[in-house]
Amino acid sequence: MRHTIAVLVENRPGVLVHIAGLIARRAFNIESITAGYTEEADVTRITIVVEGDNRNLEQVVNQLSKLVDVIKIVELTAEPSIERELALIKVKARPETRSDIVDIVEIFRAKIVDVNRETMVIELTGEETKIDALCEVLADHGIVEMVRTGKVALSRKPGAAKDSE
Amino acid sequence: MKMTGAQAIVTSLEKEGVELIFGYPGGQVLPLYDALYDCKLRHVLTRHEQGAAHAADGYARATGKVGVCFATSGPGATNLITGIATAYMDSVPMVCITGQVPLSVIGKDSFQEADITGITAPITKHNYLVKNAKDLPRVIKEAFYIARTGRPGPVVIDVPKCLMTTTIDFEYPETVRLRGYKPQAEGKAAEVEAVAQALAEAKKPLFFVGGGVINAEAAPLLRRIVKTHRIPLIGSLMGLGAIPVTDPLFLGMVGMHGTVAANRAVMECDLLVGIGVRFDDRVTGLLTRFAANARVAHFDIDRAEVNKNVVADLAVVGDLRWSLAALESAMADLAGEGGRRWEDWRLQVTRWSEEAPLSYQKSDDVIKPQSVIEEIDRQTKSEAVIVTDVGQHQMWAAQYYRFQRPRSFITSGGLGTMGYGLPAAIGAQMGQPNKSVVLISGDGSFLMNCQELATAVEHRLPLKMAILNNNVLGMVRQWQKLFFNQRYSYTRFANGGTDYVRLAEAFGATGLRAERPEEMPEVIAKALATEGPVVMDIRVCADENVLPMVPAGAPLDQMINGEVK
Repeated sequence: MRHTIAVLVENRPGVLVHIAGLIARRAFNIESITAGYTEEADVTRITIVVEGDNRNLEQVVNQLSKLVDVIKIVELTAEPSIERELALIKVKARPETRSDIVDIVEIFRAKIVDVNRETMVIELTGEETKIDALCEVLADHGIVEMVRTGKVALSRKPGAAKDSE
Repeated sequence: MKMTGAQAIVTSLEKEGVELIFGYPGGQVLPLYDALYDCKLRHVLTRHEQGAAHAADGYARATGKVGVCFATSGPGATNLITGIATAYMDSVPMVCITGQVPLSVIGKDSFQEADITGITAPITKHNYLVKNAKDLPRVIKEAFYIARTGRPGPVVIDVPKCLMTTTIDFEYPETVRLRGYKPQAEGKAAEVEAVAQALAEAKKPLFFVGGGVINAEAAPLLRRIVKTHRIPLIGSLMGLGAIPVTDPLFLGMVGMHGTVAANRAVMECDLLVGIGVRFDDRVTGLLTRFAANARVAHFDIDRAEVNKNVVADLAVVGDLRWSLAALESAMADLAGEGGRRWEDWRLQVTRWSEEAPLSYQKSDDVIKPQSVIEEIDRQTKSEAVIVTDVGQHQMWAAQYYRFQRPRSFITSGGLGTMGYGLPAAIGAQMGQPNKSVVLISGDGSFLMNCQELATAVEHRLPLKMAILNNNVLGMVRQWQKLFFNQRYSYTRFANGGTDYVRLAEAFGATGLRAERPEEMPEVIAKALATEGPVVMDIRVCADENVLPMVPAGAPLDQMINGEVK
């Protein structure tokens, strides 16, 4: 099973490497990892998606908790939460196929953020499955290259992760 | 007060109560060594940085204090790695301060530059690359706090040379503020109650004692509980000494080279209470069969140990001084019984101990290695601090020395580091100058750090070193014999061996040799009576196996030379 965990860490150099290294060393598989600033300047929030059973997850969480720079860990899979990913997709777009692509973009509520003679760049934010679906449709036109951010997630509960038990 | 970064480091160490530093100077720590030149801290110059790390480790294990070592950047720091990893695996509190190239040239592949915080990340509890001289006092304060609290472990502080010469306003912080690090001293009372309840219901309870009991200084508490309730115990290698091994309730070491009684008790108990243990694979054998008939309760300060290897039905996370005291209270109702409810079980397991004690074939023709340990035990009245290297001699020491006290057995358990013994013994002897410290080593292990004889001689340490010299890498040879069709690939020192008496003399130590069984007790007696460091070259027979033995990955009831059905 895949688990999404939010890890609040001290915003110090090397922390991301430390966390990724620990997960890899303990032979857990990282599906995605993203990091960025939070409402507090000295705190970085890292969202990690790992694959494994509940016992694996318990080990990941317990081992990460031991790192001195880790302030808090919340498993977001265990509670109602909003999960999003951003993708930029460069797709082949000849004049005769452009309108078809524009239709697809509208249906998915994506955005065209760049166009040139041969390609278009499409931006989509959404759940992973939605991005997968768009990619599948666009594949018929030929995807030149693509970048995905990996998942970020936020609990729907009123409080903040940093204040949770 | 204004001072340089180097002086700030030294002053901070004084504030932490450090008495002894093991280290080796070099280019990027020159300013730090300059500051050492006129301060009260005592520094011991080892002959290799690895020796400094192991010595700091041995000092920490023997005293319970934080061991401290210094090394320079690059190769100096990388030479510490094995020592740091050894300390990490056995939860030993250490602070290692390494020099680093100046900030302006970090990342330029400068002379003697190595990314030491990167390299040590997996083998430290925490590490620092200090980038601002004014952070030095805070970092050192935090490092000592992290090293000794919670589950102890090594901390590395990497200090660029330019910081050591920068002048700062020195102020030593009173407190530590680390929002991501809060060692949990007290657990949940309800969890302890549940274990007490399980004990009351159990017909065949068994305590399994590990190094955590010694780290937590919780052995007196454990002894009191055992005295009241008379529950049988087994120990891990690291747990030896927590309970006197001569206590009839103590069934011995468990695992690969454990006693028949200990391994059999694990297979038959109905409640196994692990106390400060991590259920290492050398202990459990085949995990799915380990304690298969038992519920498992696990006491540990490290939550990550719970369910890591063995799934615990009950767990108490907290400092053992808290949790064992809580267990004692929770079991108060049963105290009046004096353990009578478990009498049948107790009789059964102590009978196994009597029926299948550790044994070996005695000989008048060759010196049996086990007999050397027995003789050292007899002559030191079971009161010495025993330090070992790694291999057959280590297991025989664990099996045949009758440890009475915590911190009397110092050995590399988790990492199994050959070459650990001599420098660790130096550290232990310096930490416990009034105790008799005896190193038990093998010829393979001894040669890995024998240069530290020079350190022992320089400080006139009363260290006694027994080399069980069989001219082979005994443990590897044992595995080749048992599992590789006696194909002895590169485990014999084919040059006829090293003359350890002359080696000792070359370093300025005393060298003694025993070749015949009748000479051995005399040589040990003479060594113990001789001042200063003494090396005993004891020529033991090569063809001896450590038994009993559970082959790697087999269940604990499949013992070679252990009559367990």
